[in-house]
Amino acid sequence: MAFKPRLPCPEQDPKERIKNFEDVVVGYTSEMAIEEASRCLQCKNPLCVQGCPVSIDIPGFIGAIKEGDFELSYSILTDQNPIPAVCGRVCPQEVQCEAKCILGIKHDPVSIGKLERFVGNWAVKNNICVREEVDKVRPPREVAIIGSGPAGLACAMDLALAGVDVTVFEALHTFGGVLKYGIPSFRLPKDVIDAELGKVRKLGVKFVANHAIGRIFTIPMMMEEMGFDAVFIGTGAGLPKFLNLHGEGLNGVQSANEFLTRVNLMNPPGIKDCYTPTGCGKKIAVIGAGNVAMDCVRTAIRLGAERSMIVYRRAREQAPARTEEVHHADQEGVEFHFLSNPIEVLGKDGWVTGLKLQKMELGEPDASGRRRPIPIPDSEHIIECDTVIIAVGTSSNPIIGQTTPGLKLNDWGYVEVDDDQMTSVPGVFAGGDIVTGSATVILAMGAGKQAARGILKYMGIERKVLNVCETD
Amino acid sequence: MFQIIKHEQFSPITFMWEVLAPDLAKASEPGQFVMVRIREGGERIPLTIADYDVEKGTITLMIQAVGRSSNEMNDLKEGDYLLDLMGPLGIPSHIDRKDGRVVLVGGGLGVAPIYPQLRKYKETGNYTISIMGFRNEDLIFWADKFLKYSNEFHIATDDGSAGTKGFVTTVLDDVLQRNDDIVEVVAIGPLVMMKACAEVSRKYGIKTIVSLNTIMVDGIGMCGSCRVTVDGEVKFACVDGPDFDAHLVDWDELMVRQKRFDREESHAQDCWDKECRAKKKFEEGQ
Ligand SMILES: Cc1cc2nc3c(=O)[nH]c(=O)nc-3n(C[C@H](O)[C@H](O)[C@H](O)COP(=O)(O)OP(=O)(O)OC[C@H]3O[C@@H](n4cnc5c(N)ncnc54)[C@H](O)[C@@H]3O)c2cc1C
Ligand SMILES: Cc1cc2nc3c(=O)[nH]c(=O)nc-3n(C[C@H](O)[C@H](O)[C@H](O)COP(=O)(O)OP(=O)(O)OC[C@H]3O[C@@H](n4cnc5c(N)ncnc54)[C@H](O)[C@@H]3O)c2cc1C
Ligand code: SF4
Ligand code: SF4
Ligand code: FES
Repeated sequence: MAFKPRLPCPEQDPKERIKNFEDVVVGYTSEMAIEEASRCLQCKNPLCVQGCPVSIDIPGFIGAIKEGDFELSYSILTDQNPIPAVCGRVCPQEVQCEAKCILGIKHDPVSIGKLERFVGNWAVKNNICVREEVDKVRPPREVAIIGSGPAGLACAMDLALAGVDVTVFEALHTFGGVLKYGIPSFRLPKDVIDAELGKVRKLGVKFVANHAIGRIFTIPMMMEEMGFDAVFIGTGAGLPKFLNLHGEGLNGVQSANEFLTRVNLMNPPGIKDCYTPTGCGKKIAVIGAGNVAMDCVRTAIRLGAERSMIVYRRAREQAPARTEEVHHADQEGVEFHFLSNPIEVLGKDGWVTGLKLQKMELGEPDASGRRRPIPIPDSEHIIECDTVIIAVGTSSNPIIGQTTPGLKLNDWGYVEVDDDQMTSVPGVFAGGDIVTGSATVILAMGAGKQAARGILKYMGIERKVLNVCETD
Repeated sequence: MFQIIKHEQFSPITFMWEVLAPDLAKASEPGQFVMVRIREGGERIPLTIADYDVEKGTITLMIQAVGRSSNEMNDLKEGDYLLDLMGPLGIPSHIDRKDGRVVLVGGGLGVAPIYPQLRKYKETGNYTISIMGFRNEDLIFWADKFLKYSNEFHIATDDGSAGTKGFVTTVLDDVLQRNDDIVEVVAIGPLVMMKACAEVSRKYGIKTIVSLNTIMVDGIGMCGSCRVTVDGEVKFACVDGPDFDAHLVDWDELMVRQKRFDREESHAQDCWDKECRAKKKFEEGQ
């Protein structure tokens, strides 16, 4: 039997796209989606599903695409993943669902992510959402969600679908968490997130901005005085890590979080008269090689940087970023300095002028199983730059821990939870990056959904309605 | 949306707002701050809560127009609304009954944010010595409020038009020399002034607390913009502060870092000036 190769998904030309912040991937048309969907073997025992952290019925949703029934496809997808337009774009499919696809053993795996993206986009465009009319729980139950990232949104949606009154409290002035202020719009357009948020609103979920919980209200206040029956903590990852390099205090050095927040949150595309400085110079060196580092370096290119560099002490194969991101960065003209360890930030009059690197080579595997980079003696050299962005991960945010008596944290400051995502404080649940440390969108959503089940169980409510699609 | 229910001009570039925000007022404690954004596309600006009134449900902000955002703020009037107001942020100042006297030093606009601390020190039963410093007599504000909560009260002006001629540090040095039972100094004002106060009190080995106004974006411990080096370690002013031990702060680094967006900020200000001139011309032509 002859297998067709994977149908390539149209993308913007690299030369054009570095001049704009629009979606790099243009996406399948309906005909293309149907064609790609017909490659799926509809396995009886689908291995792809095992690769998906939220066990989406992948043959189900792909089969529906093949039949041209996108609405059915959307309803199958949203049973496990409320925001497919987002996950289809940002999930590391190549190591999850697609890595397990049976076709991948000898051929290209089915393009599950791009198909998911297609259906998500189709639903956004056609205003399709999960069931809107919900029978309220009697007596009424109220749950507060802290943080509007993927974990909080997924939890809010499932609770609302079960008839619970849900209020989402967000510290920032806008909703979506990392989806809004972290991931740049050329990977995840802001209007896609807003459309998904609109769907959550339609379920009756209330959104309150400018409320940093732990400061304006504490969790004990919410439970004891404000009448919430349960609380979900989805506050995400916290403070950026630095490297303790000499010269890290120079002007021109900033964390990836700061850079991305300045660009995505404070200068979002489509809003006029933004003048929060971005601190982006002409020659940028980004330290790190994860998704966050790739986002920074590709953002810098779009802001007009002449040289955009990635500096990473390990080898290309070891870069934690998604393959697609590294590939896109390559196409866009990013310079890669692999096996290069930064040892000092150089400066003059308080400003960055360069980065001193040491060449590395790969030695024996370390505890993580990856070959350990070891320095090559006398290999120091300097790259010239005026901006250094540090993208080497984050630690935990201390605010909720400091202000919630009895909340058990682990040694790194992350919240400890049981199988139902309940913390050491009864009625208080948590999930997403604040529990696991920086992870992925889909894992955060999975945790939010798990917590919703835990909360319903805690409140003694059976989930009544399942997500059913309805047109507007 | 948060309404400005009172606007008072103290000088052409210094003004005070009372903003209606009942939940925020209720949660506020001395030493905390808010983040303000006045319009879509605007910057998020950190401002210290200079006072709060739980009954009226208001907080008081004292602002100096130094750049584009603060100048735009100066154009807002009584009855206008702030688009976003988030707080109270930061760890409240640690204020308890001390075994000795406390000195509170406010420089220029720093007089406002130190006021709630002065009041709380006094109300907790401490002996308070306050020192306020201004460039000249015309800029003085809140002297009456300070008098009410100070056992001893001093004013310094750069030109000698009121109180002692010179800087607050001159008075501070004098006060520390005359009293041997001072256990704590709190200083708030421009960086140079806080650094200078730290140098004075260091000589006497007296614990000194400053409130650091580092550049911020989110204010909740996510971005790292507000980092400062304290005792050789990276700290974040929005969640670990804003209060820090003045003798452990790396002042030189902080002073350099405070200028890191000057080039971009002055461009924004220039654009604004041009817009204002154009607008004025247009209005004059009408
Ligand atoms: C630049 C970048 C790129 C990434 N790329 C990918 C990718 O390609 N694929 C992928 O799967 N994952 C990616 N990730 C990781 C992914 O975004 C996160 O794992 C995920 O967003 C975590 O979701 P969350 O809901 O736990 O937290 P977050 O998305 O961080 O949301 C937490 C929310 O809580 C709010 N909050 C915090 N404290 C409080 C408080 N005290 N009170 C009220 N609100 C509060 C925050 O403001 C925020 O809005 C990326 C992350 C970054 C930073
Ligand atoms: C915790 C905290 C509390 C603060 N409280 C007050 C307050 O009560 N009243 C008040 O008027 N200001 C306060 N500030 C400072 C205020 O946030 C800045 O003055 C404001 O952000 C300037 O914005 P701008 O766009 O108008 O000026 P910009 O164009 O950003 O700057 C103009 C000039 O001010 C300097 N500057 C910029 N940011 C700061 C800063 N964070 N601190 C000191 N100088 C700065 C710049 O170097 C430049 O020279 C506080 C800052 C922090 C972090
Ligand atoms: S959610 Fe992610 S892992 Fe699951 S099917 Fe979709 S793309 Fe694959
Ligand atoms: S493993 Fe591949 S071929 Fe089989 S059902 Fe899943 S996507 Fe289709
Ligand atoms: S202002 Fe962003 S971490 Fe403090």
